[in-house]
Amino acid sequence: MNAALPVFSFRFRLARLGALVRREVRDQFRDWRVVLPLAILILFFPVLMNYAARLVINYVNQYGGNVIAQAIFPFLLMIVGFFPTSVSLVIALESFVGEKERYSLEPLLATPLTDTELFLGKVLASVLTPLCAAALGITAYLAGMYFLAGWFPPLALLAEILVLTVAHAACMVSAAVVISAQTNSVRAANLLASFVIVPAALLMQGESIVMFYRMYDALWWIIAGVIILTVIFLRIGLRQFRREELLSREVEEIRFDRMGSFFWRSFTGGARNPAEWYRRAVGPALRRTLPAVPWTAVALGFGAVVGLLLADRFPFPTGLLQLRDYRQNFLDSLGTLGFFTPGGTLQIFYHNAQAIFLASLLGGISLGIMGLVIMMLPIGIIAYATAILAHSGFAPGLFLLGLVLPHGIVEIPAMVLAGAAILRCGNCLLAKPDGRSLGQLWLQAIADWITVLLGVVVPMLLVSAVLETWVTPLVASWVMGW
Amino acid sequence: MIEALGLTKRYERVTAVDRLTLKVGQGEILALLGPNGAGKTTTTRMLAGILRPDEGSAKVAGFDILTQTEYVRSVVGVLTEQHGLYNRMRCGEYLDFYGALYGIPAAERKQRADRLLRELDLDVDSDAWLAEFSKGMRQRLALVRALLHSPSVLLLDEPTSALDPESARTVRNMLRRLRDDGATILVCTHNLSEAEELANRIAIIRHGRLIAEGTAAELRARMLGPAVFELKLAEASDDLEGAMGKLVEVIDRRPDGIRFRAADPRSANPEILRRAIRRGMKVVELREVTPSLEAIYLQAVAEEEPAALEGALR
Repeated sequence: MNAALPVFSFRFRLARLGALVRREVRDQFRDWRVVLPLAILILFFPVLMNYAARLVINYVNQYGGNVIAQAIFPFLLMIVGFFPTSVSLVIALESFVGEKERYSLEPLLATPLTDTELFLGKVLASVLTPLCAAALGITAYLAGMYFLAGWFPPLALLAEILVLTVAHAACMVSAAVVISAQTNSVRAANLLASFVIVPAALLMQGESIVMFYRMYDALWWIIAGVIILTVIFLRIGLRQFRREELLSREVEEIRFDRMGSFFWRSFTGGARNPAEWYRRAVGPALRRTLPAVPWTAVALGFGAVVGLLLADRFPFPTGLLQLRDYRQNFLDSLGTLGFFTPGGTLQIFYHNAQAIFLASLLGGISLGIMGLVIMMLPIGIIAYATAILAHSGFAPGLFLLGLVLPHGIVEIPAMVLAGAAILRCGNCLLAKPDGRSLGQLWLQAIADWITVLLGVVVPMLLVSAVLETWVTPLVASWVMGW
Repeated sequence: MIEALGLTKRYERVTAVDRLTLKVGQGEILALLGPNGAGKTTTTRMLAGILRPDEGSAKVAGFDILTQTEYVRSVVGVLTEQHGLYNRMRCGEYLDFYGALYGIPAAERKQRADRLLRELDLDVDSDAWLAEFSKGMRQRLALVRALLHSPSVLLLDEPTSALDPESARTVRNMLRRLRDDGATILVCTHNLSEAEELANRIAIIRHGRLIAEGTAAELRARMLGPAVFELKLAEASDDLEGAMGKLVEVIDRRPDGIRFRAADPRSANPEILRRAIRRGMKVVELREVTPSLEAIYLQAVAEEEPAALEGALR
């Protein structure tokens, strides 16, 4: 009865993957909702774009604006490639969520296929058909343009548009997988798809501007950005596309009450007073945040390096730097700026808190990356200023010792901690599964972020603001002899 | 062979399966009974290497469900509650696809599929679209899919629920044949008579916990106490209960008969017959009243005293 055990060799896995991809592709070709739009986009759309190009040529020929035509042709080429790839989003949603909705996923999960094989098979099948359609559409458009206007794009530009087309498809499919893991019905997935369609439309508009201005080099940066985004989405998708997660998630609706109670438990740690809160919530939250600290420190260090490099590239005109003016009546001048007053302290605290709020906001929508960029700015500025002063013959060590260190000793660690908490909020989606749902991980990370912020960062910023307004000026005056 | 030890699975606040320990030997069918939400599906998903238990361990056909899931899945045939066929596929394509996923050589796939379709009386063309299959045909095709790779362990969720009596008998006969060939079979079912007819042993779970396990006879004895007998007379008699004395526990009386529990029927029943005949009663029959599996099941699930289920025995 017992069959001989299959050998899970690479070739065997590849054969399984091939079977999966073939089935998915065959299924697409039997679905008129996929075939019809793709047929239109291959057969009619390139002709329509050729016609549009013809109209442009006729129009610009009247006024001698050949440059416009030269910008329009590559743009239309990109459009012809982009439209079929947008179908990949529909295919991916249907492939991932449709399978769940029709209960055909479980028999598939019961086979020896691994999660990664299943994921890759579905991703490949989702991009394959639209990419072939895009290639056919591009070929038809290029043929039409060649015979119509004798135009063929430079090979570098053609390569750029082909890579961009592949990157678009891969990015949309990988984003669709992330969406698919959050829902059990195609209807809900289609609603959530707006989170992909709207940014994709905005990206397309940005790319159109780049194409019109013929900044083809800049297009490579966009391609790099789209590829990075795709890799991030694929990582999240791989993390979520696990049979455990797929079969466990049987509740469709969002339960705000449960989310709220989970968040509150994570935030308070069940503490009844502040001392207990520090012990039961702040301590553990700090421990969970600590692994992100080295990454934040590296990012801030990178910010300093960028500041130093920029100082070399954009030196401050030496004539404008009149340090003598600051030396005279240094403390009196600071007094008029609000230093040595509680109001000044609050102002500095408010400024720093604002920066952290902005970093959190941006970090929340960019997997923590933009949050770190905001945190890098002040460090970059300090490094820039130190280098400029050094160029002007001023001892940089004295500047750092007098004007940065007295409050920076508290403020910089506070920034690092805040940055680490923001980074963790973003990258918790990329972390290895540990039995908790994605929502739970995210809520936990947000609760930790608020806990670390209120319990540690805010008090540190307050101390730093006090030091900056009351102590730093005195130390600076003493160190530098002003 | 299936050996599960302390399997536990939790979903957020719900413990779907709670320290479940069970064993199904080679050439044995175990029927897993339990109310909806008892944890049957979660149990089969864990044993099939689809879900990972939070605690406990299990070996399926000698493979560890925690560390050798890919091997577990390659030797287990699973019939899911929802058959989940692809409507835009043809019958032959569908079976060929699953055969390829299990690594069956291309030449062998069709042979195996045709044989299984024949054995399950599924007389369909391999070009037939699955969208056109009836419910019963879909169920039998799903079973063919589960058997395609000749699995040594079968985990079947309601294998005959959508079938007409004739098809259900065909499936049951096939399962018996597979068992006789040495397959290990776990059947989740609500069809109690099927469970009794098919299974060597029965396990009842509730709230994810195993509450009863054994052969039907063992469960009867354990859960419903001593065997129940019925003595029937040709004519009504007032003296029947008196004839019983204190030999047995009377549980139901009628003018022309009586039902009683006998802890030791070998000695009690001949004595009762002797006394009845001595008192001139015309005995029509004395037979054992076999309580249905339903009574055992209700007893186990309701967690009630046997007395509360006397009605089910009458």
